[in-house]
Amino acid sequence: MIKNYWWKILGGVFLLYAIIFGFIVDVPVTWIEQTIRNLFYHVGMWFGMFIMLFVGFIYSLRFLRKFDEKEDLIALEAVKVGILFGFLGVFTGMIWASFTWGAPWVKDPKLNGAAVGLFIYIAYLVLRGSIEDTQKRARISAVYNIFAFIIWIVFVLILPRVSGPGLHPATGNDIIPSLPMHMGPSMRTVFFPAMIGWILLGVWLLQLRIRIRRIEAQLNDLMS
Amino acid sequence: MLGKEIKYLVGKEIRLELKQKYVINGILLYLVSTIFVTYLAFEDVISVEIWNSLFWIILLFIAVNGISKSFSQESPSRQLYYYTLASSQSIVLSKIIYNFLLMVILSALAACFFILLMGNKVLNMSLFILTLLLGSLGLSSVLTMVSAIASRASRNFSLMAILSFPIVLPLLATLMKVSSSALRSPEWAGNTGFIVILLTINGGVIILAFLLFPYLWRD
Repeated sequence: MIKNYWWKILGGVFLLYAIIFGFIVDVPVTWIEQTIRNLFYHVGMWFGMFIMLFVGFIYSLRFLRKFDEKEDLIALEAVKVGILFGFLGVFTGMIWASFTWGAPWVKDPKLNGAAVGLFIYIAYLVLRGSIEDTQKRARISAVYNIFAFIIWIVFVLILPRVSGPGLHPATGNDIIPSLPMHMGPSMRTVFFPAMIGWILLGVWLLQLRIRIRRIEAQLNDLMS
Repeated sequence: MLGKEIKYLVGKEIRLELKQKYVINGILLYLVSTIFVTYLAFEDVISVEIWNSLFWIILLFIAVNGISKSFSQESPSRQLYYYTLASSQSIVLSKIIYNFLLMVILSALAACFFILLMGNKVLNMSLFILTLLLGSLGLSSVLTMVSAIASRASRNFSLMAILSFPIVLPLLATLMKVSSSALRSPEWAGNTGFIVILLTINGGVIILAFLLFPYLWRD
């Protein structure tokens, strides 16, 4: 997959398309007017973050099975890319929120879930920084990653359903309207490529970081 | 086999604690002084939300202080001895059970003292007691697991705090929701969703701890 670059070009093309056409395509007139275009970007970052953290979770599980340190490396980089997307999602969300709700941050279960997720994964990085021995660090951070991911998933996916309607879409009974099925057909032409584009971007970033790490490791071996 | 080991280990923890009384006395003093400070800080009658949030924040700090030492109290050589004697799952389950009992006692004392000083705002007492029980179990299992992780990482107390707060937040948020509805109205309706979540989190965390702890214990 490293030699293959067709999907990277595809991802780049999709994102470029999303950025340009995101501003041109017709959108249904709702009370939030033109800012609904943010849907193409903000939701994409959320999906990217989610998938990255899930990849990290899977690789932590795989590490605990075979104790192969390469998988721990992938888990770490996936978490870092996930945190990046998380911050981007929060920033785009804050810009959107200041227009829609009047304030950059409001009390809502989904926003709390996003914030807690960022805290949890930053604590993961702190934990990794505090252990010296590589095997031990990999093992302990894998355990923490699995533990934290499951608790976070419960918080982020289940709690908003139960808490009832909140401000952010997709809480309580309001889950459906933001999904593509109910989007206007004109928006759908940009939404799906945009989502795919963001996810491909995330995977590309992840792969680049992993390759950098591997080269660093090889350099260290050569020099020592 | 597992049950007998767990029973014996829990008994061991209780007896150790009764002999030394180190943790219990420290935590009781902490409990009393923090509740007393909040009593001094608020002169007027306080609202339900403030009551709720203060209570749970205090309980959270008590829990973190009380449980953080559970893995670092014993010397490494003694822990190696336990490793040869008992299976790791029974060790983690016994610690969770012991910390749960400790938390039940501490939360009951905290609740009584808090109600005494800050006024009784609880309208649905049975729901509140259920919340305390579920909260004790949840806090105990989550914090025991995090304490195990932090004790393996370094002998640093602040790491325990940094790790535990984000992970405890979901549990604490749910507990506060249920507790605030217990304070507001004497009815039970509308809370079942949250209680199910609490039970799920508790059960899930215990199962996770059961599965993941052997990887930590190998040192």
